[in-house]
Amino acid sequence: MTTTRQPTPVPSGTGTVAPADSGTVNRAGTAAPAGTAAPAGTAGRPGLLEVDGLTVRFQLRDAVVQAVTDLNLTVHAGELLAVVGESGCGKSVLAHALLGLLPGNATLTGHARLRRPAGERVDLVASSERHLARAVRGRAVGLVPQSPATALNPVRTGRRLLEETLRAHGRTRREAPAAAERVAADVGLDPADLDRYPHELSGGMAQRLATALALAPDPPLLLADEPTTGLDRPLVDHTLDLLRRRCDAGGAVLLITHDLAAARRVADTVAVMYASRIVERRPTAELFAAPAHPYTAGLLDALPERAFRPVPGHPPMLTDLPPGCAFAPRCERATDVCRTPPTPPAGTPGRVACHHPLTLGAPA
Amino acid sequence: MTSTALAAHEVAVSYGGRRVLDGVDLRVAPGETVGLRGPSGSGKSTLARVLALLHAPEAGHVTLDGHRVAGARHRLPAAVRTRVAILFQSPRAATDPRLGLADIIAEPLRATGTPEERARARAAELADLVGLTPDLLTRRPHAVSDGQLQRACLARALVHRPDYLLCDEATAMLDASTQAHLAAVVTDYQRQHAAGVLLITHDPALMARWATRVVDLPPPPQS
Repeated sequence: MTTTRQPTPVPSGTGTVAPADSGTVNRAGTAAPAGTAAPAGTAGRPGLLEVDGLTVRFQLRDAVVQAVTDLNLTVHAGELLAVVGESGCGKSVLAHALLGLLPGNATLTGHARLRRPAGERVDLVASSERHLARAVRGRAVGLVPQSPATALNPVRTGRRLLEETLRAHGRTRREAPAAAERVAADVGLDPADLDRYPHELSGGMAQRLATALALAPDPPLLLADEPTTGLDRPLVDHTLDLLRRRCDAGGAVLLITHDLAAARRVADTVAVMYASRIVERRPTAELFAAPAHPYTAGLLDALPERAFRPVPGHPPMLTDLPPGCAFAPRCERATDVCRTPPTPPAGTPGRVACHHPLTLGAPA
Repeated sequence: MTSTALAAHEVAVSYGGRRVLDGVDLRVAPGETVGLRGPSGSGKSTLARVLALLHAPEAGHVTLDGHRVAGARHRLPAAVRTRVAILFQSPRAATDPRLGLADIIAEPLRATGTPEERARARAAELADLVGLTPDLLTRRPHAVSDGQLQRACLARALVHRPDYLLCDEATAMLDASTQAHLAAVVTDYQRQHAAGVLLITHDPALMARWATRVVDLPPPPQS
């Protein structure tokens, strides 16, 4: 990788982005200023969702799975943030943690503060199940599930599912039918298809129905967990464009995906997750043009339109992570310092969690 | 035609009265990677299943190196069946959740009566080839990631050293690095064994990079 990134001013949130030539290497103890990388117009505004130090552990019989570690991210209204990473890196656990859907052997620490329309903040981590069920899931945070075929009630037609959802969220018996057709039209579902049962729908139509159900209560934040898995390319693009339009209308979307092309198509900001941690979080165009973390660079090199070369080695087991940088064993830039965690000081979310980032300065 | 190839001749298949394939020809020769494209519902997966000898067509037939194949699945002798292997999109749907990865890989060998010791050694060899570390081999599908499970499925597909390998969206749910690695394993295998590969993918970049020749299936015929 060459250092081609220009020190272009980036629309910044509370932080600033270090110019490529400033020599501000993100070393432990002297972290580069953290860029929150919000879309233009959000500067100074607090995020809709502010995740701070989120950590998830699963207790197994004889081991502890470090699924999510000290995760910090902010999603603003109007922003589409994509979390990308390979399967098993912990990205789906993040979505489940935000919705209070973790299994019983999980422990969850940290904060995930969601701003309510009235302006007050609720911490999703500290909320009771009762509160999550009544006020958060569906209402404040919608979920577009990974597998619509298993998420849809098989004994209800699409129309019935939609009307039920709308009525549960305050529409009257009279309003619901028309509202259901409107929501269906928004996602490109033919009204005739609404009278079918889920098993009569193609994968693409089922995905649109699941998306419509998530959008029906008009939640300020939408979580989309691998929403395009199993769809063919035109339907992938259609689903992604729906999410994009949602953001353009002022909503916020957290897109969890393994598909870099999907992230590039619609995301404002991309966060790359590796072995339970976010290792790089930057505006989409910047990240694809000049990745700074060696893992990001390796992932991009693996794309068929680039080098089509896999990242050497294997991801570590989440039950057995090294104390320092988890990517160091696979990294050609690693040195002794990589045995210490590349974590910037508390309170400054790390933009690039690396001792030797590619575009911010080479190892001496 | 008695050439060396896996070929579909005028193949027709219907599901519940709806014709999905209507007189389709396709030929995969040793050493080449044929990319198969087509809109959703055009019968790409069905054609792959026909060529994998998993589904006997209603009309038309499949030839393997010039010999006409009659029937499909268990009706065929193992020596014919094992010459073609297929890799599906979802490894979870293609593996027995009760088996460990080593047993998943060795299953086709045991099914054809390979002595236990040889089956185990061959499974370990294949696991290494696809990049599965030994500690993963005792785990069952629920305890590994999709990428690791698809590696096991690729190892299983290669245990009988097939002459033809059909990849039906086999990397669609994998991250870029795992996709590139599995593609490299298949390409190496193909080079060493002069195997023919059929590649079904919606990803134009993957198609452009990997396929040596691309065939378009027409939209499904109106019934």
